[in-house]
Amino acid sequence: MSVLVDADTKVICQGLTGKQGSFHTQECMDYGTQFVAGVTPGREGQEHLGLPVFGTVREAVEVTQATVSFCVVPAPFAANAILEAATAGIELVICITDGVPVFDMVEVKARLAIEGCRLIGPNCPGIITPGACKIGIMPGSIHKPGRIGIISRSGTLTYESVFQTTNVGLGQSTCIGIGGDPIRGMDFIDCLELFESDPQTDGIILVGEIGGSDEEKAAEFIKSDVSKPVVAYIAGVTAPPGKRMGHAGAIISGGKGTAPEKFKALEQAGVHTVRSLADLGSTMAKVLG
Amino acid sequence: MDLHEYQSKALFAEFGISVPKGYVVSTAEGARDAAKKIGGDLWVVKAQVHAGGRGKAGGIKLSKSLKEVACNAEALLGSQLVTQQSAVAGLPVDKVFVEEGSIIEKELYLSLLVDRSEEAVVIVASAAGGIDIEEVANTSPEQILTEAVDPLAGITLQQAKKIGRDLNLKNSQIDELADIVTKLFSLMHQCDASLIEINPLIINSEGRVLALDGKISIEDNALFRQGRLEKWRDEAQENPSETEARRHGLSYVSLDGNIACLVNGAGLAMATMDLIKLHGGQPANFLDVGGGATVEAVTSAFKIILDNKNVEAILVNIFGGIVRCDLIAEGIIAAVNQVGVSLPVVVRLEGTNVKEGRKLILNSGLGIETAKDLTEAAKKAVQIVNGSHS
Repeated sequence: MSVLVDADTKVICQGLTGKQGSFHTQECMDYGTQFVAGVTPGREGQEHLGLPVFGTVREAVEVTQATVSFCVVPAPFAANAILEAATAGIELVICITDGVPVFDMVEVKARLAIEGCRLIGPNCPGIITPGACKIGIMPGSIHKPGRIGIISRSGTLTYESVFQTTNVGLGQSTCIGIGGDPIRGMDFIDCLELFESDPQTDGIILVGEIGGSDEEKAAEFIKSDVSKPVVAYIAGVTAPPGKRMGHAGAIISGGKGTAPEKFKALEQAGVHTVRSLADLGSTMAKVLG
Repeated sequence: MDLHEYQSKALFAEFGISVPKGYVVSTAEGARDAAKKIGGDLWVVKAQVHAGGRGKAGGIKLSKSLKEVACNAEALLGSQLVTQQSAVAGLPVDKVFVEEGSIIEKELYLSLLVDRSEEAVVIVASAAGGIDIEEVANTSPEQILTEAVDPLAGITLQQAKKIGRDLNLKNSQIDELADIVTKLFSLMHQCDASLIEINPLIINSEGRVLALDGKISIEDNALFRQGRLEKWRDEAQENPSETEARRHGLSYVSLDGNIACLVNGAGLAMATMDLIKLHGGQPANFLDVGGGATVEAVTSAFKIILDNKNVEAILVNIFGGIVRCDLIAEGIIAAVNQVGVSLPVVVRLEGTNVKEGRKLILNSGLGIETAKDLTEAAKKAVQIVNGSHS
């Protein structure tokens, strides 16, 4: 078991013929992911990386019965690509693209709710169920099939969490990078819910950062609905207020969204928090005994 | 990207929102001419800087004669204005805005922003205008009204009118405010503004509603489709190192400490700063060189770091994923050689081909320290800096 994706998941890539699309789709296929088609308007009928290329997501879905899309379309066109996938019947879109305008995401979120399509990202590393299915830009080699579910707003911090849980021998059930943008698809709560009901997941690592109140909301949900142990880290204790720290969503505004507030909320919900990023894996090992 | 008050007001005027008559100038003479053109016998000379709190800081001067306008402009132009919201060194005043004076009957607060929690545009209004809105929010939150706009339906007339009614305005003013809010909503969408703030929005002696101040932030991610507004950027108001970093596609934020960080990934860059602090040091900056950590990016990053004279040691923290550590190590060595880094450098590399990467760094003859993990890297960097003080 795992969450959202497994060895049977059929995936298409929107933007397959581009440089990023080609490179990362090949990496994912080498990992074992079942890619069945690509979509690039104007390149329909061609073959790329051994995959058929379609002009629209609808045609690709009709022919291949794919349910998931790996979206690497450039920022100016990303929102339309996500909506195209949603209306064509795709159940889960994983959008890696960095720099999608926030107004585009406001509209995308509202429409996705109507279409009933899930979105991971944008501005995220993607999702991986180790040993079965990788849809994203993460290095596959550091993962190991195992017991820990990982949810993170940051790409490299996801890799650090993976690396540490692999080193202590726990491995990962599924890792989801939800992305660093202020308005994004799935949030912590959506992922916590899935991990809570996944029999393969014994513990959950949550990596948050400054900005917004998603960690506080996650803390409330953990208190009421999560029975599995959660270990959490929040990046940005030293971040000054009012400054954007790389990610569009990492900003303390009006004194809200600070790391201490988030740590406090999580601790009050019974979460095991760590002040050093380096302690995530060892703390989870200790908690699980 | 922030706009100046005069730029924000130009956009207000374009969208049909009433603003007092005014001109932006960069000389005292120009200020006098502007006042003459405006007419009347009361003017305001306002320093154009990217920071709030200008009034308290002496950046807004009431002037009762043309001579006074010129004097006030003379005093402000070329100065550094330090406000509660600016950096300690203040911001350069290269331009002043000369505006007709208004007789204020009532001061309101109005803003529109993209609210991440609502995932929608939210309108914030208050009858307690003219003062720091965060203070109002803390001391009397009941004085602040918020109204979320449905992303698909857009703003409705009923919603726009509700704001004026809740602020207890007169009927004609309710309509006028509804019209302003609706126009601001269009402006926000068409210009990709993440924030529009009018503080104060006034009701003048004739009962008209006017935008007396204006602050607009354009969303950075949307600048690709806001070419005209991007040209309005005033780099003199920005930290020069942060501007330079942006040109090279890096994210950089300057801080007060002495240990510089060079990291791939925004989250890891923040976590590295936090680790330095946790082990008793002070980070000098936030710096994300991007996932790939290319030679060009790393070289530019070293240059930017070395511009900060407070830096005494550099901590490089790279998690090599798809890009192998040996390639990253070669990049770091090339950059250190090219830039001529003389400060102590501690490198923590992890990921694919890490052993080869570390070996390259150790054998480079550049005296770069390596660390086996995150904790050791932070401790070594702190030790170097604290050691040099004892």
